[in-house]
Amino acid sequence: AAMELPPSHYPASRAAALAAAYVCYRRGSAGRGLALRALGRAGRQDIDGVGHKYHLELVLEDVLNEDSTVNCTAEVLYHLGNKNIAPDVQFTLEGELKNTDEADQIFYNRIKSLEKELVAENIPDSHGNVPPEMEPVRLLAWAASGYVIWQNSTENTKFQLAQIKQVKQVKRSDKYLEFDYMILLHEMVSQEIIPWQMRVLWHPQHGVQVTQESRQPKHPWE
Amino acid sequence: HQVLRIVPTNDEELQKVQELQDLEELQLDFWLAPRGPGYPVDVRVPFPSLQSLKAHLESNGISYSIMIEDVQALVDDERMEMSRSSRRRLPLSTTTFDYTTYHSLDEIYAYMDLLVAENPNLVSKLEIGQSTENRPIYVLKFSKGGTNRPAVWIDTGIHSREWVTQASGVWFAKKIVTDHENDEGLASILDKMDIFLEIVTNPDGFVFAQTQNRMWRKTRSRHSGSICTGVDPNRNWDAGFGGSGASGNPCSETYHGPYANSEPEVKAIVDFVKNHGNIKAFISIHSYSQLLLYPYGYTTTPVPDQKELHEISEKAVKALSSLYGTNYKYGSIITTIYKASGGTIDWTYNQGIKYSFTFELRDTGRYGFLLPATQIVPTAQETWLALKVIMEHARDHLY
Repeated sequence: AAMELPPSHYPASRAAALAAAYVCYRRGSAGRGLALRALGRAGRQDIDGVGHKYHLELVLEDVLNEDSTVNCTAEVLYHLGNKNIAPDVQFTLEGELKNTDEADQIFYNRIKSLEKELVAENIPDSHGNVPPEMEPVRLLAWAASGYVIWQNSTENTKFQLAQIKQVKQVKRSDKYLEFDYMILLHEMVSQEIIPWQMRVLWHPQHGVQVTQESRQPKHPWE
Repeated sequence: HQVLRIVPTNDEELQKVQELQDLEELQLDFWLAPRGPGYPVDVRVPFPSLQSLKAHLESNGISYSIMIEDVQALVDDERMEMSRSSRRRLPLSTTTFDYTTYHSLDEIYAYMDLLVAENPNLVSKLEIGQSTENRPIYVLKFSKGGTNRPAVWIDTGIHSREWVTQASGVWFAKKIVTDHENDEGLASILDKMDIFLEIVTNPDGFVFAQTQNRMWRKTRSRHSGSICTGVDPNRNWDAGFGGSGASGNPCSETYHGPYANSEPEVKAIVDFVKNHGNIKAFISIHSYSQLLLYPYGYTTTPVPDQKELHEISEKAVKALSSLYGTNYKYGSIITTIYKASGGTIDWTYNQGIKYSFTFELRDTGRYGFLLPATQIVPTAQETWLALKVIMEHARDHLY
C-alpha cells in the first residue's frame, strides 16, 4: 500500500532527517557539510514482510554557504522486525556540489604539519561559537555522525549532532588523518542527549570512514 | 603606549612589517599579527619606540593610523567602570543591555527590575512562586490599566537548555516597552488586554545548565528513591498525565514526575492561571525545530477549534517568515512532532484558553540548543511578528 505523506508530519520529517544524515556521511568532508533545508513531497509504501519504504524529495543546503542548495530524491527503507539492521538509504543529487578540493587540501596539510596532535573540546561552545580553525574538524564530525545516525535510526527516532565534547587526533604514519571523537547526539523523540564515541578516518580523496563507534553510558548524576 | 594599525598593501610591505616582529629591542606587542596583504596589523608600541617605528614605516611608505592614542587611559577607564558595579557585568539600564549575548540568571533578574523602574506605569513584576531550590519565580505584567483585563500569557525557558528562548523573552520585554505607544497593533492590544511574560520559567534548570551541564532540560527536584534528578516540566501538567508520551523513569528526559503539578515551577503557573481566570491566549516557547504547534499532544482527537488554530498558525508562520525567510512548519503536537502527555498547552486548552500555542524556535539542528548568540535578535524579531498575529487575533476574537 502506498500513500502520500504530509511533509509537516513527523513520519516524513524523521525519514528526511535520516536521509539527510546519510547524504552528509557519503558526501561530507572537512570542507563540506550538508544540511536539510526543506522537505517537499513525501510518500510511504508499506511492503508486506519487508518494511516501510519512504520516498522523499529534499532540498539540501551547503552549511558553509547557505545560498547554495541542491535538490535530492531519496528512498529510505526501514526494515520490519529486526531493529539491528540499519535502514537502507539511496539517494540521487540533482546537479553538482561545489568542489571542495582546495579547502580539503588546506586543512589536510595544516593538520599533517602540526607538531603535536590536535586536541579540542566543546565545539560549538555553550554559546554556539566555533573558532574558524575548528570548522573543518566540526564538518568531519558532522559527516561521521551521519554514519552513526544512519546505523542507529528507526521510524521512532530523530537524531541530530548536538555537540563535539572532545576530539583527539590519533597519530598515523600513513596518509590518512584519524580523529577520535566523543560527541553528543540529541535524540528528538526521547529528548535524550546520548554520548557517542567514534573513530574517524579521512583523506581528501577518500571520503569519511567511521572505523569504530560505540554508544556511551550517561551519568545519572548529570 | 599607543596602538597603531598598519595595513600592508603588498608582499614587500608585508615582509617589512613581519621583520618588525624580530626587533626585540622595540618591545612591540602585536595584537593582530601580520596575515597577508590587505589584512590589518595592530601593534601596541611603548612610548620609547614610537618615534623610531613611525619613522621606519614612513620611510618605507607604509601607511598606518593611530587606533588608540593612550592605552593607559583606556585601562584606567575600564578599571573604574568595573569597580562601579558591585558584581561584574550586571546591567545598568535596559538601553545599554546587550541583547546579542546570553546572560546569567542574576543578570536577567536585574534586568527585570531595571525594566520596571524605567517604565513604572506599564510594567510590574510579580512573584508567582518559588522553585525547588528556593529561587523566586517572576512574571512581568504589562498593563495600561483596568482590572483583571483579558490577558495574553507568554513563557520562555521552561526547558533550561533552550537558551534562545530566555534570551528572546528578554528581547520581547524590551520590545513591548519600546513599541507600546508607537506601534498601532501592540497599542491596540494593550488597550484591551494585559500581557504576562515569564522569562525564566525554570530558574533552577537554567542555573544548572549554565554552571554544570549545558544540556540540562528538566527541573532540579529530587523525588524519593531515585538517584536521578529532575522532572520534565512539559510532561507534568494535568492533561493526559502519566499516559504514553512521557516516561515514568526518573532518569529520563521526559520523566513526568510522581503526580501532576508536582513541580513548583508548574504549580505556580497553574495557580496563577486559575486565580486570574481571564487569560485568553497562552503561548509557551521552546527550541529547537522551527515549528508552531497547537494542542493536542496526548491524544489524536483533534481539538474542537482545530480549524481556527490551524488558520491562525498559517498566518503567524507567514508573518514570521516574512522577515528573514525562516521556514516553519505547523500543526498539532501529536501529528507534527510526537505524542506527548502532560503538556502545558494541552492543559491550558482544556482550561478553556482557546488560543494555546507552543513555538519551537531556531534552528533545525545545525546548532540546535547551542544557537550562536548572533541569532538571538533575528530569532526574537521574527518570532515577535508571529506572536503579534496570535495576540491580534485574540484581541479581535475575545470570548
